[in-house]
Amino acid sequence: MTGNALAQCAVYLVALTLLAVPLGSFLARVFSGEATLSQRVLGPLERSLLRLTGPRSEEEMTWPAYALAVLWFNLLGALAVYALQRLQAVLPLNPASLPAVSPEVSFNTAVSFATNTNWQAYGGEATMSHLTQMLALTVQNFASAASGIAVLLALVRGFSRAQAKTIGNFWADLVRSLVYVLLPLSLVLALALVSQGVVQTFEGHATVALADSQQGAAGALTTQEIALGPVASQVAIKELGTNGGGYFNANSAHPLENPTPLSNLLELLAILLLPAALCFTFGALVQDKRQGVALFAAMMVIFAPLAFGCVAAEQRANPLLARLGVDQEVSAEQAGGNAEGKEVRFGITGSALWATATTAASNGSVNAMHDSFTPLGGLIPLWLIQLGEVVFGGVGSGLYGMLVYALIAVFIAGLMVGRTPEYLGKKIEAFEVKMSALVLLLPPLATLLGAALASVTSAGTSPLGNPGAHGFSELLYAFSSGAHNNGSAFGGLTASGTFYTFAIGVCMLIGRYWVIIPVLAMAGSLEQKKRVPASAGTLPTHGPLFVTLLTGTVLLVGALTFIPALALGPVVEELSRAALP
Amino acid sequence: MFTQLRPAAVMLALMTLLTGALYPLLVTGASLLLFPHQARGSLVVEEGRAVASELIGQCFSDPRVFWGRPSATTPNGCNAASSNASNLGPTNPALVDAVKARVRALREADPGNAAPIPIDLVTTSASGLDPHVSPAAALFQVPRVARLNLLEEARVRALVLAAVEPRTFGLLGEPRVNVVLLNRALQRLAHPPAHAGTNMRQ
Repeated sequence: MTGNALAQCAVYLVALTLLAVPLGSFLARVFSGEATLSQRVLGPLERSLLRLTGPRSEEEMTWPAYALAVLWFNLLGALAVYALQRLQAVLPLNPASLPAVSPEVSFNTAVSFATNTNWQAYGGEATMSHLTQMLALTVQNFASAASGIAVLLALVRGFSRAQAKTIGNFWADLVRSLVYVLLPLSLVLALALVSQGVVQTFEGHATVALADSQQGAAGALTTQEIALGPVASQVAIKELGTNGGGYFNANSAHPLENPTPLSNLLELLAILLLPAALCFTFGALVQDKRQGVALFAAMMVIFAPLAFGCVAAEQRANPLLARLGVDQEVSAEQAGGNAEGKEVRFGITGSALWATATTAASNGSVNAMHDSFTPLGGLIPLWLIQLGEVVFGGVGSGLYGMLVYALIAVFIAGLMVGRTPEYLGKKIEAFEVKMSALVLLLPPLATLLGAALASVTSAGTSPLGNPGAHGFSELLYAFSSGAHNNGSAFGGLTASGTFYTFAIGVCMLIGRYWVIIPVLAMAGSLEQKKRVPASAGTLPTHGPLFVTLLTGTVLLVGALTFIPALALGPVVEELSRAALP
Repeated sequence: MFTQLRPAAVMLALMTLLTGALYPLLVTGASLLLFPHQARGSLVVEEGRAVASELIGQCFSDPRVFWGRPSATTPNGCNAASSNASNLGPTNPALVDAVKARVRALREADPGNAAPIPIDLVTTSASGLDPHVSPAAALFQVPRVARLNLLEEARVRALVLAAVEPRTFGLLGEPRVNVVLLNRALQRLAHPPAHAGTNMRQ
């Protein structure tokens, strides 16, 4: 790695930490109702939203009621997204006169945005009208992120309450996340992005006259049509809400979605900001800040080396191109390395760092094409997704996933010493371990079954964009991304056919709701327990020992589940590359 | 079972209004007020009509001008209405063939230049609309462009060096040259408007 690459990574990690700590404690004040200044300004909006929602919209809920509220809200959201896509041709704000989206792509997209996955079976600017982008996609970007925070808050109450019967109110949690966190941050970020050149307009296209005519498919082209739209408002929340669905097909690689190195840094920070900050929020809410620091540390310990590894892998020259008389060496005048599918302004470092962050978080927006990454450079994002989106992970969902891993870690430690495990003063018993096992097993099961099915059917293999082991990596990435709600892709795969729209759609549903339901059930069980005072036999869950145990658990579960599949894809490709003539 | 259905419907309607309509409208209004140039696509306007976007690459194939990154958009390259990448894997023979063809085209356009070709000049960008090339890729083309425009190499080289955008704060991103803007500068250098030309020579 070059000195500049190291410096860019270091600046990113330091800036992320410096922003996450104060934001985390602000969020804790918001969620415990102590953020007095913001409540004076935004409180009226919060209260009127809740009042309009219903007279009983602030009553405490049991866990099944909370889960039903989440599910109804998400179901109606998905139906609205489906309907808007099917009807966009006859609705207003469709300056490019785009036709209705096909039923299977509409289903896939509806599920994708409701589950915070934002897998894109469609090509942004060429498929969705302005109205669909705003009323369907942008709304779900907010709604799914706020839902994730709400479920996390419910789980936190499971730990912080004792002998209780209710885990909070979903509508109140949802509105608070929206009004105090997601909307203000998005507004600021959107304007900062526009200042860098991200477009924000209701015009459909700009037409520019070309100085030199260009050879087109049907004769010479004298103009270039540039798709525009209300982009910045959507990009801001797509990054902050770990959604990732871009306005344009090329996502954050598109110059009008991410025009400069500074916009790149801002978006990159936004990707991990809330998941990182929520660690510190958690510590404050359970009255022991060290707990939050330990979780943050565990995430960082996994993230940082993988980021450096990805940069190093992408900086390597492609041996197949080396004898064509090209220069792939990094120098002061070029980034060199694996340049296919990367933008010059981001180079190797900006692209590889982004790939690591967007897959550590369940974001899935891309500023370079993962499909064209080197075998090992592509393995890192793929494996980060497969770790279960808990290394920062999605907004809310990453932390509740990591807390499940924490329970498994104390459970394993308990088995070693023969004691009933505890976490934050709550005994972890059979029910919690069963629920945790569901959370840990169902998404990988969906991934591997889906990938297996796709590998042996022509419906699964004919849409692949690359031959050989790389083609297998493509379909493995697709199912991993769907079942773990990431949303990025090895984009050579044509995902708009019936098989993939349906199969990935099912994986996304399992990966979201069959995690949320067990997590809420666990919250319901934990809150009823008494708090046991810590004794000499209690494993402290804040020191370096626990951080090691937790990272070990995450890495081990991730490795044991997926190494066989990874061996058939990226590993084979890397080894065969060395053997190619 | 259904007690939460009504609140869910109302909440979705409220959020749609707030985040789907008011929020984008507010951002649009503020953007057009504060950053009207950027919000509309950073267009370069000449004599009342848009001739380029500062941010969107164009496909140049005339050997007299600088070439940019190859573009994988369809049906033609640099299609700014439908961004796309090649998504070719690193071991895909199609990638090797495509790079070979681009190397050949560059060699044919400038047979005298045996220097290794900077990799970004023969690989497609992620968006298909990358306006930039590396400084190395622009400098590689200087001999060809200078010869075909009957200009001194040193002047063209100086033009390229003046067009290099450094890393932001000396740290972020990569040094780069905007090919669209560079070719416009080249145009002025090779064909100075009559009245402006006399002024410039003084």
